[in-house]
Amino acid sequence: MTDTSQIVEEDLEHVEEHAGPARRGRLGEFWYYFSQNRGAVTGLVVFTIIVLVALFAPLIAPHSPSLQNRDAFLVPPFWQEGGNAAYILGTDAVGRDILSRLIFGARFSLFIGVFVVVLAMTTGIIIGLIAGYVRGWVDTAIMRVMDVILAFPSLLLALVLVAILGPGLLNAMIAIALVLQPHFVRLTRASVMSERNREYVISSRVAGAGVFRLMFITILPNCMAPLIVQGTLSFSNAILDAAALGFLGMGAQPPTPEWGTMLAEAREFILRAWWVVTFPGLAILVTVLAINLMGDGMRDALDPRLKKS
Amino acid sequence: MSDLLKATGLTKHYEVRKGMFGAPDVVKALNGVSFSLEPAKTLAVVGESGCGKSTLARLVTMIEEPTEGELIIDGRPAKAGDKHLRQTVQIVFQNPYGSLNPRQKVGAILEEPLKVNLPDDAKTRRKKAEAMMERVGLRPEHYDRYPHMFSGGQRQRIAIARALMLNPKILVLDEPVSALDLSIQAQVLNLLIDLQQEFGLAYMFISHDLSVVKHIADDVMVMYLGRSIEKGSGDHVFDDPRHPYTQALMSATPIADPNQRRQRVKLEGELPSPLNIPSGCAFHPRCPIAEPFCSQEKPELREVAGRLVACHLA
Repeated sequence: MTDTSQIVEEDLEHVEEHAGPARRGRLGEFWYYFSQNRGAVTGLVVFTIIVLVALFAPLIAPHSPSLQNRDAFLVPPFWQEGGNAAYILGTDAVGRDILSRLIFGARFSLFIGVFVVVLAMTTGIIIGLIAGYVRGWVDTAIMRVMDVILAFPSLLLALVLVAILGPGLLNAMIAIALVLQPHFVRLTRASVMSERNREYVISSRVAGAGVFRLMFITILPNCMAPLIVQGTLSFSNAILDAAALGFLGMGAQPPTPEWGTMLAEAREFILRAWWVVTFPGLAILVTVLAINLMGDGMRDALDPRLKKS
Repeated sequence: MSDLLKATGLTKHYEVRKGMFGAPDVVKALNGVSFSLEPAKTLAVVGESGCGKSTLARLVTMIEEPTEGELIIDGRPAKAGDKHLRQTVQIVFQNPYGSLNPRQKVGAILEEPLKVNLPDDAKTRRKKAEAMMERVGLRPEHYDRYPHMFSGGQRQRIAIARALMLNPKILVLDEPVSALDLSIQAQVLNLLIDLQQEFGLAYMFISHDLSVVKHIADDVMVMYLGRSIEKGSGDHVFDDPRHPYTQALMSATPIADPNQRRQRVKLEGELPSPLNIPSGCAFHPRCPIAEPFCSQEKPELREVAGRLVACHLA
């Protein structure tokens, strides 16, 4: 009892001394813990580079991603015998520059990640809020549906959905969002349930706040930390699933320079031209790894139980 | 009818399910409690944990509806959806660390009740919030700060200010000072007394700390297992407690004078579970003066020496 109050006092002084407005204080604290984690910082750096590459793709890419060069089918990377400095990572079976395609592919991957996460997160949060706040049979009904979705192997369910909706990048993204969304529902529901009986919520209610105000303005902001972490981790999952769907011919359709689709096109050259498969695979690996490292770092930084005082 | 609030026979039972098929158990949190609140007066509700104090607070603030009984506030029957009554009754909680939204600035916390209930524009709201902050002893620069930057006492001031923003007539204080240091307790209590005089507020002051209650209460209601067992003016109840439970409570408060020892009435055993309330007088298993018939006949409140007592032997 005395111990905790002492710690609180010290905390207070700490805050009073350093931070002006609290938001900066909290962000500063987040950054302090985040930067302790070297993997997370590396992830952040790599991710930033990928974002920049995607943003400035037309300026960086040496060639057009869809330009077919008839003189250069399956040219190896420049350091190999027969390589050409004009095509740093070589060309594919129809003479397109792999590096340029990878650079433009980054745009697709990031777009997929953003779209899927935004879609899954908004619907997941709204459904989870309703389930956690209303409880009763509404909650039971929602959670059973979510359990059913979670019980399917995610890629299989996405495949089924794409088969129904028809192949294509947009449909693939919708399918992946639907597969990822139960995680957000569960997470939101759990934190809403623990927050809704806290005293600040009750005093808001006594002050006359309506249901929507309580749900979205009072409770939701206090549930965001785990959702942000889940969001980053889902981002990489979305990229991975989209690549898998693309590889199976159900996602982005060729000639789109999407990484998974590129892998699918290169399948028959695996033995003859290793670079055609290796580089898109590496691109997926690096991106997903960077985002996962970042997400882990964020989780550690946002979880008060893991903080040293 | 000068009563701001009149409660008659308030009862709250909760059903607790045992497994999927078992018959539900009934937790009798509150069994027929009656009382009234008057403007500028304080009714203190005392009793040990689990006696139904907080349930009473939840009923009076219309967070929950009573299972039975009548609650009339400001001349109207209490209903959860009544906007007028929402503004009439407000609550201050025990734990100032849990009762303020950690993601809202003090300004937003104070202005929320206005935003929800009144047509004021942003400027008026800010003006009112700043006036109230000054009134409870907060500095204007606190307006843009978050709750975690304040000490417990300051937070409790914020919570009080928030409760007063709508000019309520009744304030339910659910152990408002028991989470604070002793020196800060006194400050907050004095603030509460000042505010009561200024605004003519009726307080329902829930506490287990009898020295605090003695300081602030006009009337005292002692509760045991969901019933009120002794009710009367503070002077009567404190100076000459009649119910054996009240006597035991009073004798448990320490006196800061080694020469003035008094006889300690010790209670045996634990508070029985509200799932299974003893027959007759609920207090009889722990009562030092219980007679055999106490376990059969339920004592009703009756007037003894200027206050109401529920005891056959008082």
